[in-house]
Amino acid sequence: MATEPRRGSEQVRTGQRGAAVARNPVRDLFDSYLAHHRKSAAGSLRRMLRAPVASLMTWLVMGIALALPVGLMLVLGAVQSLSSGWDQAARINVYLKADVDSNQALQLVQTLKARPAIADVEYISKAQALARFRQSSGLGDALDYLQENPLPDTLVVSPMDMMRNAASLKTLVQSLQALPQVDSVQVDLAWLERLNAIAGVLVNAIWILGLVLAAAVVLVIGNTIRLAIENRRDEIVVAKLVGGTDAFVRRPFLYTGLWYGLGGSVVAMLLVEVALAWLNEPVSHLASLYGSRFELSGPGFSGSLGLLLVGMLFGWLGAWFAVKRHLRAIEPT
Amino acid sequence: MIQFEQVSKRYAGGHTALEAVSFHLDRGEMAFLTGHSGAGKSTLLKLVMLMERPSEGRVVVGGQYLDRVPRRQIPYIRRHIGVVFQNHQLLFDRTVFDNVALPLEVMGVSPREIGRRVRAALDKVGLLNKEKLNPVHLSGGEQQRIGIARAVVNKPPVLLADEPTGNLDPELSADIMHLFEQFNQVGVTVLIASHDISLIRHLGRRVLTLHNGHLVQGDVMPDEEAMYGD
Repeated sequence: MATEPRRGSEQVRTGQRGAAVARNPVRDLFDSYLAHHRKSAAGSLRRMLRAPVASLMTWLVMGIALALPVGLMLVLGAVQSLSSGWDQAARINVYLKADVDSNQALQLVQTLKARPAIADVEYISKAQALARFRQSSGLGDALDYLQENPLPDTLVVSPMDMMRNAASLKTLVQSLQALPQVDSVQVDLAWLERLNAIAGVLVNAIWILGLVLAAAVVLVIGNTIRLAIENRRDEIVVAKLVGGTDAFVRRPFLYTGLWYGLGGSVVAMLLVEVALAWLNEPVSHLASLYGSRFELSGPGFSGSLGLLLVGMLFGWLGAWFAVKRHLRAIEPT
Repeated sequence: MIQFEQVSKRYAGGHTALEAVSFHLDRGEMAFLTGHSGAGKSTLLKLVMLMERPSEGRVVVGGQYLDRVPRRQIPYIRRHIGVVFQNHQLLFDRTVFDNVALPLEVMGVSPREIGRRVRAALDKVGLLNKEKLNPVHLSGGEQQRIGIARAVVNKPPVLLADEPTGNLDPELSADIMHLFEQFNQVGVTVLIASHDISLIRHLGRRVLTLHNGHLVQGDVMPDEEAMYGD
């Protein structure tokens, strides 16, 4: 008799017997597996939409918790791009040795311009430098008492955009320093390093905030799923009575978590977009006062996709914890 | 098919539900389990279903020693045992069809096959035209028949019933019992817990009688005295 209980055997799993033998049992089993996934996914979504207020609450809690670190990350990213876009900061003054004549200096300008790391080189001769100094210092006639021009020839080097970070600049400065014609090189790297350090601290702070809020999200979803499990106790009992495996019973709840996660990340995305739109006008006004074109931009396509996936992952994770803890306790009695 | 070897069940707190119960039910046999309420009928059925584990002794179903079945494997054992409950255990958030389909769904039967087999089971209990209704709109007798359809839809070799006629009038009870006899005729081993003495007597099948957790007699029809004289 093919109906003997045979634990774990494929025969038992496929349940094929007598008239029920399918033409392709493996295919049928797979179809049915997919069908149950579809049914669980659609069923849990329907359930969620049937209690729109309660679901919205969960989405909002999750959305706010996700939006906070995402928004801060975007603002920080904008600040970082602002600091790297600040041309003036990354200009390098190269002072040439006194015995370098103007021909040699112009030659050096050409070689430096050919380097891939350098965008532009401006040559300021001794005479030009003195004239500028005369103008800006107001010393005027006093300078006439000097017997010769004490100022060196100067090259103002603008690095390529990609070189505008502390580490690359340092390498560039060192290579310029090593040139035989060069007396000294000056660049104010300290403030750039400080800004980067501050940004580093902020990034870490946002990560910590993000982790704490992620834990909160997982707990909130876990608790919501726990209530869902309580509400569907009868169904769980009956499913277990007729031979439903843990995976079968678990499936709808995991989908519920997934939907909560999806809804939460959509809310987070809306919150971030609204906040950015609201902030952008005063921010660009403020930036224009400083002569900058600073602008806050949204997460973009890949950022949004990432947010959706992370949200769904958190939802699923919360559901998984709840299911792990509470489903086993529900047994038919 | 169902074999109890010196099975005892004691609950925490000292209550003894079953004491050294031994019997053997052959394949294709139909028997009644009777006794006063609290005699241990439900506990005995729960041991077969793996809803409880015995404190002592062992239970063998279909050649499978249940004490060797790990928790993970319990669902696969239950798929071979159809159960009918007094309180039906139906789900009122779905249709009659979906209620009956559940045992096939958990087994991974294809949706097309599910449709065919659910309708066959509903046809057998005479409720084919009610498949789209919610069971809450049906009468007690009809609900019980949905429960029976669900219990037999995957053609299990063993069918258990716990007071299946508990809330039904005599005529409906006889109908229900007749259904169980039909399943038995096609080879299903049937064990029915019931205290409907007159009905049991009328059917003339083997009777197992429990009294305070002890199996009183294995094969003889009980008289009222043995069951209720205490």
